[in-house]
Amino acid sequence: MSEVGAAALSGNPREATGTVLLAVDGIHTYYGKSHILHGVSLEVGRGEVVGLLGRNGVGKSTTLKAIVGIVHPSRGDVRFEGDSITQLPSHRLARLGIGYVPEDRRIFPLLTVLENLRVGLDRQGVTKARKAELVDKVYTYFPVLAERRNQSGGTLSGGEQQMLAIARAMMLEPKIILLDEPTEGLMPRMVSQIREIIDVLHREAVAVLLVEQNVPLTLEASRRIYFIEKGVVRHHALASELQVDDPVIHQYLGV
Amino acid sequence: MGIPLDQILIQTINGIVTGMILALVASGLTLIFGIMDVVNFAHGELFMLGAYVGVLTLAVTGDFWIALISASLLIALLGAAIYLVTLRPLIGRDPLTTILATFGISLVLQNYALWQFGPVSRKIAEPIAGHFNLFYLDYPWYRVAVALLSAAIIGGFWLFLKFGTWGIWIRATTQDRVMAQAMGVPVPWVLAGVFAIGSGMAAASGVLFGPFGGVDPTMGLNWILRAFIVVVVGGMGSLGGSLAAAIFISLLEAYASLWVSPSQAVIVSFVVLIVTLLFRPTGLFVATPK
Repeated sequence: MSEVGAAALSGNPREATGTVLLAVDGIHTYYGKSHILHGVSLEVGRGEVVGLLGRNGVGKSTTLKAIVGIVHPSRGDVRFEGDSITQLPSHRLARLGIGYVPEDRRIFPLLTVLENLRVGLDRQGVTKARKAELVDKVYTYFPVLAERRNQSGGTLSGGEQQMLAIARAMMLEPKIILLDEPTEGLMPRMVSQIREIIDVLHREAVAVLLVEQNVPLTLEASRRIYFIEKGVVRHHALASELQVDDPVIHQYLGV
Repeated sequence: MGIPLDQILIQTINGIVTGMILALVASGLTLIFGIMDVVNFAHGELFMLGAYVGVLTLAVTGDFWIALISASLLIALLGAAIYLVTLRPLIGRDPLTTILATFGISLVLQNYALWQFGPVSRKIAEPIAGHFNLFYLDYPWYRVAVALLSAAIIGGFWLFLKFGTWGIWIRATTQDRVMAQAMGVPVPWVLAGVFAIGSGMAAASGVLFGPFGGVDPTMGLNWILRAFIVVVVGGMGSLGGSLAAAIFISLLEAYASLWVSPSQAVIVSFVVLIVTLLFRPTGLFVATPK
């Protein structure tokens, strides 16, 4: 199976823009005895927005968790800026500049909004002025977080929690943010706000690996798309060459 | 035949004094449980060893406060070492394995103390000798000082948890260990740090309690049992809950001993424990869970 995935990749001349920031190379993961990823390979260039599409339960979230070190692949390699990070604990990865926004948001419910931000912000080597600057920046992007800065995270609405989860990852001054279904269950107005923030990240040269069910948004926001099926990357293409009703989309996402 | 008011007042003060020491023991226990789901059966032995380090340092330096601080620091280091060597490899396993491991450590430490120091109780002299008149009693100032000092340690710790970077890391790790680590919190060090802080607090209470009841190898047993009751009644993992429960239970015991002997008064704590487990197993002093 992994051979099919690898063949599809090597058969495709299109590559990440510029230098490669993140390279996932044939990773396999297991949850207990069930084999989840069967050799996933993908690349994200510096500052590039890349989409990862596929049906539920094919291993999209697990791919992100393997990159961020929450699950450790039993085979294969993850490289960040050229160095292997496969076996590093996740707190080291966060320090290297990998931000993670999980599917269920997982904000700290009993910490206030500001404390949620401070979890990632209070680290060595960041000056007080820089900290204030970073917090002010996310407050400009998400004014509602400024209003609720002293409210505990658990009292926020779903959309506000999603913004907090993204803002919290931005505190790490990441080189890449892994976004796992950021628009899931959100109102249309919130969805367009998430769409805007992906553009903001792109303008700031932060790479994004976006896992989504929302096909139009993914095609619009990303430069390239990977299609994943049964734990393997089956296909990949430039987003500009895909239509929402493309047969490829039907093949990997249709019911 | 009512109980005279003066006796009620005396028992109130007694209850608060023991309650504060108990709160100091229990807050370390509840903190460790909250952050790593480990029920630390060796906590009472850290309390006991802290008292012994206090006895030894006091013999050498003659200064109670140096003894208090050095016992806290030394036992904090011991706690971190115990965590790194025995508990860290077991994190994420069945809770039974950590219960057995800490129970084993408690037996080892208790018998080490018996072998090293013998069964005879040692004394720690009260560092504050004065008394004041409480109705017909000469009430030692030291007891009041202990209550205030315990309150200061718990208060300082609360401020540290509330405002410090490490405090935020500890709270974030307690709420979601995986996500805290993904946000760059060095979780293995935070867990070791929490174990060290909890152990240091147990040692401090051991030294503070020393002048009341003497220091012997089994002194931890009585306290750990009551601390467990406090942690369950206060709500596992809740610092404020433990403080409230420690005062509540100590006051109940103090009042009960107006009628019955102090050893029978302990029954009250168990009644509170059983009633809590039956009707509100998440704890009396925590917000209703959703």
